[in-house]
Amino acid sequence: MQYQEGEKLSNRIKILIADDSSIIRKIIQRSIVEDTFEIVGIAADGLKALELFKAENPQIVTLDITMPEMDGLTVLEEMIKINPQVKVIVISALTDKATGINAIKKGAKSFIAKPFTTEDVRSKLLKLAETVA
Amino acid sequence: MTKNELNKVIETTLQFFTSISGKKAECGIPFLKKDNPVVLEYTGIIGISGKRKGSIYFTAEKLQLVALAKSMLEEEDVSVDDIKDLVGEIANTISGNLRNIFGTDFLISVPVIIDGEARDIKLPEDIESYVIPINWENTKAFIVVCLE
Repeated sequence: MQYQEGEKLSNRIKILIADDSSIIRKIIQRSIVEDTFEIVGIAADGLKALELFKAENPQIVTLDITMPEMDGLTVLEEMIKINPQVKVIVISALTDKATGINAIKKGAKSFIAKPFTTEDVRSKLLKLAETVA
Repeated sequence: MTKNELNKVIETTLQFFTSISGKKAECGIPFLKKDNPVVLEYTGIIGISGKRKGSIYFTAEKLQLVALAKSMLEEEDVSVDDIKDLVGEIANTISGNLRNIFGTDFLISVPVIIDGEARDIKLPEDIESYVIPINWENTKAFIVVCLE
């Protein structure tokens, strides 16, 4: 889908995408259902993700763990401190159980293992959208 | 590395290809890396730290990466930046998935990308490096695992 900066429709759910891989960011963007979500930011590193989070106050975040500048789990902790209501989906190649459990303990609502398909992300996002007030 | 660990690396790598493309890859006979260079057009290198130390790299022909990127993005226009990003992402995903075998103390770095055929990838000489040839849709890649 095309992300048009400045485009805002108040009834859509605001979403932030954070992943250091441009190809993964593109796949996640393709998963976004335009009628339901509005992409308010796209970050390629942890610090930028946090900066956009503070500026845009997204309701849902897709968050990679292994990123430059600040790792995703640290970013997750910071995001939860700022807004405990935010719904974070961690998307990571680190597929061991302990990493997934750790992410959930730190406040993530869902976990998607890499490699994944657009359908995997779309279905998780739509499910999470139902829980956004 | 044990034979069982090597088999798990192969299994994880083949699973990756099936997951992202729906098409199976085939594994050639693994061999120990000697002085001969094992490097193709694009390479993604992951540093490993924690309980196991070393490197894992994935090196592939451009043709393979273009075909994989087209499959993943579901579009025909694939840029050089997409290809470079993809080779790093493949190395990252395979290495990250290996935590299932090596445990949570298997720590991976962000990928380093080499664009263009290097003379070789320098690996520690005191650790054995295993080369796994991968064939997918008539294109070639290698995954090289060097873990103490």
